[in-house]
Amino acid sequence: MAIIDVWHRMMDLLPFSWAHYVFMKNALLAVLLVTPCFGLLGTMVVNNRMAFFTDVLGHSALTGIAIGVLLGFYDPTLPMVVLAIFLAIGINLLKDRTKASADTVLGVLFAFIVALGIVILSRQGGFVKYTSYLIGDILAVSPQQVTWFFAIAIVVLLYWYLVGNSLILTSVNPSLARSRRINTFFVETSFTILLALVVVISIRLVGILIINSFLVLPAAASRNFARNMHSYSLGAVIISILSGITGLIISYYWGTASGATIVLFAAGCYAISILPGRWLTK
Amino acid sequence: MRDALQNTCEHRCAKIDNLTVKLGGNVILDNVNLHVDCGEVIGIVGPNGAGKTTLLRTLLGEIPYHGSIAFRISGSLTKKPKIGYVPQKLQFDLSSPISVADLVAAAINSKPIWAGVSKELLEKAESVLSLFSAEHLLKRRIGELSGGELQRVLLAIAMTPEPELLLLDEPASGVDVKGLFLFYQIVDDLRKKHHIAVILVTHDLAGVSCYVNRLILLNRSVIAEGAPQDVLSDEKLVKAFGPSLWNISCLPDSISKEADNGNH
Repeated sequence: MAIIDVWHRMMDLLPFSWAHYVFMKNALLAVLLVTPCFGLLGTMVVNNRMAFFTDVLGHSALTGIAIGVLLGFYDPTLPMVVLAIFLAIGINLLKDRTKASADTVLGVLFAFIVALGIVILSRQGGFVKYTSYLIGDILAVSPQQVTWFFAIAIVVLLYWYLVGNSLILTSVNPSLARSRRINTFFVETSFTILLALVVVISIRLVGILIINSFLVLPAAASRNFARNMHSYSLGAVIISILSGITGLIISYYWGTASGATIVLFAAGCYAISILPGRWLTK
Repeated sequence: MRDALQNTCEHRCAKIDNLTVKLGGNVILDNVNLHVDCGEVIGIVGPNGAGKTTLLRTLLGEIPYHGSIAFRISGSLTKKPKIGYVPQKLQFDLSSPISVADLVAAAINSKPIWAGVSKELLEKAESVLSLFSAEHLLKRRIGELSGGELQRVLLAIAMTPEPELLLLDEPASGVDVKGLFLFYQIVDDLRKKHHIAVILVTHDLAGVSCYVNRLILLNRSVIAEGAPQDVLSDEKLVKAFGPSLWNISCLPDSISKEADNGNH
C-alpha cells in the first residue's frame, strides 16, 4: 500500500538504528494507529465500569482460536471476531435479564470461556503452539495487518464522532437518553460490538493476558487529571500513544515483549496520576 | 385556577386509558386511567412498589403496555410527544470526569463533545442553565454537585428544547428542603409561563401538595384522585402511607423566599 511505502521512507530519515528495520517500521505504524483507538474506547469502558467485561472479551480470543482450529481455519481471526461479537451481544442481553450481579455473571463466563479454549487447544499437548497469542507480538505485524488497523482507526473515529454524545448520555442515565430519542439499545450494542472487534483484532499486538490493561490504563490515568470529557479523551489518547511509542522503543533495546513493555509504561503513567496533586506541583 | 389554565391552553394533553403493564408475570400497573391537561402539575404519590416509576418509564416508551396512551399536541394526536425527563438519581460514579457543560452540550447538540465544546455551545449551555439558577455550575463536574444543583441542571436539560410533557421522578430524594422548594417554585413557574403538562412522582407529600394542581394516589391503579387537600384527607391515603403523614403544612413564604435568595 502506498501509504505504508511512504511511511517506510519517512522512517529511514530517522537517525536511530531501530527505525531502519522493516518490522519496527510496521510495528510503530500499527502502534500509532491502534493506541488512539484504545485511548478513546477506554474512556467509555472506564466510565461504564466495563473493565471486567472487556477482559472477558479479550480472553474469549483463546476460545475463538480453538474454534478456528477445530473448524480448520488457517487464520483464526474470523472465528475470534465472530465469537467475541456473539459474546458481547449475549452479555448485553443477559445483563438485563438476570438477577445475579454483573461480576458474578462475568466471572462465571470468564472461567467457562477460558477453560473451554484451553481444553480444546491443549489436546495432545499442543498448547505451546498458541502461547504467542497470550503475550502478543507487535514485531510480527504484517503490512496487510497494518491496513486492518487503518480500517479500525477510521471506524472508531467515525463511530466516536457520530455516536459519542449518545454514548455519554446513555452511560449517565439510559432513561434520560431515551427521553431525548436516543436508541439506547443500538448505542449499547454497537459499542460492545465495536469493543469486541477492536480488542480481538488487536490481540496479536499485545496478547490476551494484558490487552485489557492496554484499554483501561490510559483512561484510568487520564481520569485522575481530567475536568471534562474533552481533557479526559485527550489525556487518554496522549498517554496511550506515548506509552505505545516509548514501550515499543524500550522493548527494542531491552529485548523484551513489546506489548508488556507498553503496558508497564502505561501503568507508570497511572501511578503518577494517583500521586497527590501537591506532590506533582511542587 | 384550573379553569383558567384550561382556557389558556387546551392544545396539549396526555390521555392514558386502561393502562396495564405486566413485568415478568407480575401486574405492575392495573387499568390506570389518567388525563393530564397542559399547564397542570399532577403529583403522583403512592407506597414503594406502587408502579410510579413504571408509569413514567411507560410514558417514555421504555416498557410495553396494554391500553392506550395518547398525546394531543396542538390539536393533533401524536404517539411521540417531546418529553422532558428528570430522572430520580443518576447512577454514575462520583469521580466521573463529565462536566455540567459536557452533559448539557451532549444533550442539546450533536457535535461530539469529546472533541471539545465550542465557545458558542458553551454560551448556549450557560444560557440554558441560567434559566434555572445553575449557570455558575457550568465548569463543575457532575459528581461535585449537590442533589439540588444536579436536579436543576437536569431540569434545564429536560426543558431544552421546550417539551410538551415534563416528567419528574422523585425530585425530593437526596435534595435538602431549600433546594427542593427552589425546584418546586421553578416547576410552578414553568407551568404558569409555558403551560407545560407536568407529572411529578414523589414520596414528599408535604412539599408537593403545595405546588400540584391535582394529586393522584397510585397503588397499581388509581386509588384516589383530586385536589391535594381532598386526597390528603382521604382514609385510603392513611392506609397506604400510615398516619405519620397527617400533619402536612406548606412551608411559610419566608423560608421559600430565603431558599430562592440563597441559590441566586
